[in-house]
Amino acid sequence: MNVTRGFTGRPRVHNPGLPPGQYDARDDWPVLSAEVTPDLAPADWSFRVDGLVERPHTWDWDAAHALPASAYEGDIHCVTGWSKFGVRFGGVSLDAFLNVVRPRESATHALAYSHTGYTTNLPLADLTGGRAWIVWEYDGAPLPPEHGGPARLVVPHLYFWKSAKWIAGVTLLDHDEPGFWERNGYHARGNPWEEQRYSGD
Amino acid sequence: MTRFAVPGRIAVSEQAAVWQTATLTEIRRETPRAATFRLAVPGWAGHLPGQHLMLRLTAPDGYVAQRHYSIASAPDDSGHIELTLDQVPDGEVSGWFHTVARPGDTVEVRGPLSGFFAWPGDRPALLLGAGSGVVPLMSMVRHHRARGLTVPLRMLVSARSPEELIYAAELGAETTPVFTRSAPPGVAVGRMTAAHVAPILAEQPATGWEAYVCGSNGFAEHASRLLVAAGQPVERIRIERFG
Repeated sequence: MNVTRGFTGRPRVHNPGLPPGQYDARDDWPVLSAEVTPDLAPADWSFRVDGLVERPHTWDWDAAHALPASAYEGDIHCVTGWSKFGVRFGGVSLDAFLNVVRPRESATHALAYSHTGYTTNLPLADLTGGRAWIVWEYDGAPLPPEHGGPARLVVPHLYFWKSAKWIAGVTLLDHDEPGFWERNGYHARGNPWEEQRYSGD
Repeated sequence: MTRFAVPGRIAVSEQAAVWQTATLTEIRRETPRAATFRLAVPGWAGHLPGQHLMLRLTAPDGYVAQRHYSIASAPDDSGHIELTLDQVPDGEVSGWFHTVARPGDTVEVRGPLSGFFAWPGDRPALLLGAGSGVVPLMSMVRHHRARGLTVPLRMLVSARSPEELIYAAELGAETTPVFTRSAPPGVAVGRMTAAHVAPILAEQPATGWEAYVCGSNGFAEHASRLLVAAGQPVERIRIERFG
């Protein structure tokens, strides 16, 4: 341990919900996208699931909203160090979309992509079993554009760069294919509890 | 629909995974709120202008605070790097740097990180920054000067007042400052506008500008909209938002 002379830090709060190396952002919700926020209306939004599936399918705004509603209430964790507790996202579980397209046995990974061209890769297992959502509401109101509105992916058990803003689709693959930040040195999986921030962690 | 799939500018090294000890060698005041901290990092792998690092402080009980900071210095600095930090109210890391740190102290760093906002000095660069968002852009300006590069480089930097303009004495003809609260006599006060951006885009080099935007999210949204409105392609705008 390399102790910093004279450093005491914030008062210690025992918070079992805080992964290693993270701090509580409280009311802040920093915006960290690397691209220009797109001017994307709900009417122009669509979401497609294709690749290694039986029936590729594209949903528009109304069709996606016709699926059973599902909410995530809990915590989110950003690789830059902040965590945010007790957030509420409303949308549809990704399972509802996958049930329609029916992933093939050979599908092991997914590449999520945005209407901006942003991409991020995930093991398929991280997107199933009620652990991932397509959301359009934050705290009961429409998701703001800076935070990925009209709709984004939310995979809250991984660092939040995996939760692609302005989500346009998910392609199922039989191999892992690095996305935007993963090609720029970020970890392939990004589990905050194992502090998988960068390649090599 | 516009496409963003902008690749990184460089391959990123695995060296970034290693925490290294950095020794503070000098502190220079820049503005009433910002100071530059010079660190000796003997094993530093080198960086490109625009890259950042992760820095951590450790308390005697093992408590660790870590933050991401942009690198202010140019790459050619023989085992040294410089960071310029604002003193954030109640900031546990910036507070330590501004009120406790002195030469000889050690901290830990890992990096450089992320090849996306890096500028190797190859393409014409248009830099838009506000407040401490000027820090990674200054690394680009310094690199441009140190290497005597002839590729065009222009910078627009927004500050509240001349006193708050970081690196004021070092800025040259490549830079146009914009003052939002108070300005020297004869200089307009106000936000960055299309009138600042349009002339630079009008005289762009044949290959176009690679635009780098850095600052708060509010500034990044504003500046990136100005660039898009002036005709800068979305896929040639790289944004680093301080959160």
